[in-house]
Amino acid sequence: MRTMNKLNTVFLTAGMLAALSAQAQLRVEISGVGSNQIPVAVATFADESVSPTQISKVIKTDLERSGAFKVIDAGTIGDINNVDLSAWKSKGADAVVVGTVQKAADGTFAVRYRLMSTVQNSKLSQLDQQAPAQFTRLSAHKIADDVYEKLTGTRGIFATRIAYVTQQGRSYRLEVADADGENVQLALSSNEPIISPSWSPDGTKVAYVSFEQKKPVIYVQNLITRARTVIANEKGSNSAPAWSPDGSRIAVALSKTGNTQIYVANATGGGLRRVSNSTGIDTEPQFSADGQSIYFTSDRSGGPQIYRMSVNGGDAQRVTFTGSYNISPRISSDGKSLAYISRRSGNFQLYVMDLASGQEQRLSDNTNDQAPSFAPNGKYILYSTESGGRKALAVVSVDGRVKQRLTIQAGAIKEPTWGPFMK
Amino acid sequence: MRNVKSLAFIITSAALLAACSSPVKVTEPAPVVESKPAEAPAQQDQTRAVAPVETKSIDPLDDPKGVLANRSVYFDFDSYVVREDGKSVVENHSGYLTKNSNRQILIQGNTDERGGAEYNLALGQKRAEAVRKAMTALGVPEGQIEAVSLGKEKPKAEGHNEEAWAQNRRADIVYK
Repeated sequence: MRTMNKLNTVFLTAGMLAALSAQAQLRVEISGVGSNQIPVAVATFADESVSPTQISKVIKTDLERSGAFKVIDAGTIGDINNVDLSAWKSKGADAVVVGTVQKAADGTFAVRYRLMSTVQNSKLSQLDQQAPAQFTRLSAHKIADDVYEKLTGTRGIFATRIAYVTQQGRSYRLEVADADGENVQLALSSNEPIISPSWSPDGTKVAYVSFEQKKPVIYVQNLITRARTVIANEKGSNSAPAWSPDGSRIAVALSKTGNTQIYVANATGGGLRRVSNSTGIDTEPQFSADGQSIYFTSDRSGGPQIYRMSVNGGDAQRVTFTGSYNISPRISSDGKSLAYISRRSGNFQLYVMDLASGQEQRLSDNTNDQAPSFAPNGKYILYSTESGGRKALAVVSVDGRVKQRLTIQAGAIKEPTWGPFMK
Repeated sequence: MRNVKSLAFIITSAALLAACSSPVKVTEPAPVVESKPAEAPAQQDQTRAVAPVETKSIDPLDDPKGVLANRSVYFDFDSYVVREDGKSVVENHSGYLTKNSNRQILIQGNTDERGGAEYNLALGQKRAEAVRKAMTALGVPEGQIEAVSLGKEKPKAEGHNEEAWAQNRRADIVYK
């Protein structure tokens, strides 16, 4: 038995290595700039070449990608305790990022960073991290998060992750990557489609729909242990899982009564309870930020429109009124904005609506957008789109100014979903 | 005249019924079983024994040229109603299922590629349900049918034009 286990482990490791070499390499393109970019100088961290990650480069790329900063290359600043702030102020920098990297005897890396304000002529923040080699990249993202938060007042999303599905022929892969598309990890591979991945609020699990049983069935997969739980495998189709904000429940769409309706299940499986009650299609449930309402897509008025109802069911209020096809509602974490896909003049495009005023804004010029999801800080929306006839992922700031595109070399990439803040 | 016609009808029906109820005969030679010659001198009654062999009838489901080989029902754009050209497919499989109560099917609804994955999954479900309802109306018990949807995820035709889309607006009957 022991030998058997060992063989299994070896097998898996070999499989994982093969998977790594074949995995999709994401390529990021950035266009557009934010308004009021904050000028910040980023120094090469002293001795950063000892770590597998070029820490300062990751920080710079993160900050630039956000569109919120104008990054100034500060060269190397060796003594992080004696930075000439007035000199940097005269060079136009509002803040200076400095740091050091040291390899410890146990093979881990001490990553130290200071954020200095040239305006206040003082230290704004600091962070000392001890990271094993594979997490040095994460430590750089955490520094970028801290810089972003201290200078903009909003929590950064550089250390968060995304999940998405790639397809090459009959090979489907659910992958998890850092928010910048790096550090790709395989979560599930299958010969049948995988759709609608959805992160648990703590970022350790993903719910998704897999077609491996010749029909859509909802699973929750623990990303750490690989344990999979069937959340709904009722007669008919089981789809569109969405977690409640507290992580205890999952809203789903089931066709067990003969038409697709919304139910809520326990996140550990079981406890199915019907929530919507219409004669047509009710699908794509999404909990509101306070967990008290469910937004969803329904064809009760003819074409698909977005509605909102109590988590206990009952009357629904229509939310979208412009255009004949509005689907895929997603709510920002502050509960104030709705992202959705609207068909206008034959094009499927990403829109965002201010829920208080009902004012909507188109955020894309593409023709085939799908599957939007908010960054956990509400400042960006990740979605899938088409570019030159190929499926790609795109990120846009909620003001529409900053745009990024993530592509892979071969095959399709789709069904993206932005993960939560992690502890 | 009328009587003759009726009689002819009865005879034809009887012939058809007989054809239906008796197993299909296959003109294959019966399998040859090698047996060692008996060592002891054979007795008369043993050498004259005849053990009957019955060939298995072919399941009409496995006949690639039979009507049951057609397992797809096509739909018009934005439509969830079984078309005239799909009715014979529904009827043929309903007939088979009512006669073979041990067989179960999945009806997999599909859509073309336009629009969202989840909304298309719900639309594909409507197509599968349309076929399911047509079959239960013909007497197929609910327990033998499961209507599910693959949405736009498994297109039969990969193109991005009306020709391909028409191929993909479809419900497939899949025997379990």
